Amino acid sequence: MDLRSDVRGAYTVWYRDVLRFFSDRTRIVASLGQPLLFLFIFGGGMAGAMASLGGGEVDYRRFMFPGIIGMSVLFTAVFSAVSVVWDREFGFLREVLVAPVSRAAVAIGKVAGGSTVAMFQGGIILLLAPFIGVDLTVGQVLSLLGLMLLLAAVMTAFGLLLAARQRTMEGFQMVMQFLLMPMLFVSGAFFPLNGVPVWLRWLADVNPVTYGVDALRQTVLSATVSESALAALSLRTVGANVACLAAFFLAFLVPAIALFSRQD
Amino acid sequence: MIHAEGLVRRFGASTAVDEVSFEVGEGEVFGFLGPNGAGKTTTINMLCTLLRPDGGSAKVNGFDIRRERAQVRRSIGLIFQDQTLDERLTGMQNLRFHAMLYGVPRDTFRERAGELLSMVGLESKAGENVRQYSGGMRRRLEIVRGLLHHPRVLFLDEPTIGLDPQTRRRIWEHLLELRSAKGLTLFMTTHYMDEAEHCDRIAVIDNGRIIALDTPDKLKAMVGGDIVTLETSDNEAAAGRIRSLHGMEARLTDGGRKLVVEVEDGGRFVPVVLETLRSAAVPLDVTDVALSRPTVEDVFIKLTGRTIRESEADAVERARMHRRAGRRGPGAHG
Repeated sequence: MDLRSDVRGAYTVWYRDVLRFFSDRTRIVASLGQPLLFLFIFGGGMAGAMASLGGGEVDYRRFMFPGIIGMSVLFTAVFSAVSVVWDREFGFLREVLVAPVSRAAVAIGKVAGGSTVAMFQGGIILLLAPFIGVDLTVGQVLSLLGLMLLLAAVMTAFGLLLAARQRTMEGFQMVMQFLLMPMLFVSGAFFPLNGVPVWLRWLADVNPVTYGVDALRQTVLSATVSESALAALSLRTVGANVACLAAFFLAFLVPAIALFSRQD
Repeated sequence: MIHAEGLVRRFGASTAVDEVSFEVGEGEVFGFLGPNGAGKTTTINMLCTLLRPDGGSAKVNGFDIRRERAQVRRSIGLIFQDQTLDERLTGMQNLRFHAMLYGVPRDTFRERAGELLSMVGLESKAGENVRQYSGGMRRRLEIVRGLLHHPRVLFLDEPTIGLDPQTRRRIWEHLLELRSAKGLTLFMTTHYMDEAEHCDRIAVIDNGRIIALDTPDKLKAMVGGDIVTLETSDNEAAAGRIRSLHGMEARLTDGGRKLVVEVEDGGRFVPVVLETLRSAAVPLDVTDVALSRPTVEDVFIKLTGRTIRESEADAVERARMHRRAGRRGPGAHG
């Protein structure tokens, strides 16, 4: 299959995901429910108990805000990739897989589509920033969107790797229970990872979400929190986080494409 | 247009398609008839390059299904057994995605979509969400979609499954009209007997093998003429009398409640046999007579000794056993 058809095919798969996202406004609104719950109920309740964060400089809700963005990106990206299983058996993807387009192109289009949608989903969370006293400059917003896109790409590629050879949806609940929730919890989304037990820190280091949340947090807090307070809550520099995320992306994407491309 | 030779496909230990060979000419409507699990979908998937054959070879439109997959794909349209429309999008958006995938230029797309939509009577619904479509409308939209890129061969896997009889008839009218208007070749699978009769030629497939291949008329001629079904006061005695006086084999069916005779010309045979039975030493009462022309179903029964429905029960049972054994069988899509 030639390159032009492949570019066209990847673009079509991407475009369809994006079009579906924007044509379903109720879903967009509904997807704000869980983040609202976390930020205002959970975060509001915990704020008093977590008053010492960053030497008392950082309100818990503000600390948690980047974690909530990471959560939205993580779930949207993995859901979108795992939907391949369903879509390949019963849906639109069957129609794509019989078109004169290589499977690698379909996989790349799917990763691009899932990443874009997950970035938008994370971007919507930014609209809640003023309500918890986070002011963002245009530059910060653009950096955050870039980081979200990168984290989303990592997690979509990861999801595709899980889904590539799977034929039924049965394993999906398992993935949610035993993979996504732990990944969220050990990512530092809800508590700082400086000073946790070694084994937990070790789990956090092999978890790609950790790097995304760390970079997002530094970007969100950079303007309002002193450097020393921020350093006490961070693991790595933003640059190091980005480099690690890029490495994760390639490590997931290459085998995902290879597995997805194998003809039955 | 299609040339298949010795196609084989295995799933684990079971052979879903076993040495299948056939030829389909240009403009022909070719039917694959058999119970679920007989290997129909597996064959279509191999011809459409979705599934790699374990043995044999095939050409579609002159392109090899192993080595020239892109060319095969460009020259065929495929309509799946389960619908593959995106319900969240409109009919037109679904069509546009297809055109994008196949690189149909915008102008050509608009013109061809308009023409095909009006042929199947959907032009006023194209802007609506597919979720609001009925089953028949979805199928028609899928047919339009499958034809957008000017394929020479259209593959249809159970095109009317789950539709009511009236809708099925309409779908067939559309298909046959498209065939004559566009010179299309149609390759379809079905397990509906009445549908098989629309085909120019039928391959009867059972357990992965083609057990008969001919025109519907010639296949039906294999059964040996018309079928007369009788109910009498004593079917066994009646069977003996028909055998001795007419030299014909009369089979008891339905637990002995009915008597079936295959004859050349049923219309002339019925009055004669009634007379034969009434004039017996102990006269036999005939309570019911039915005369039927043979159907393709009768051909299947003749060849396999089972009805298609019975075979499907077997296939379901086999699939269940596969699942229990933890293997991936051909399942419902075989």
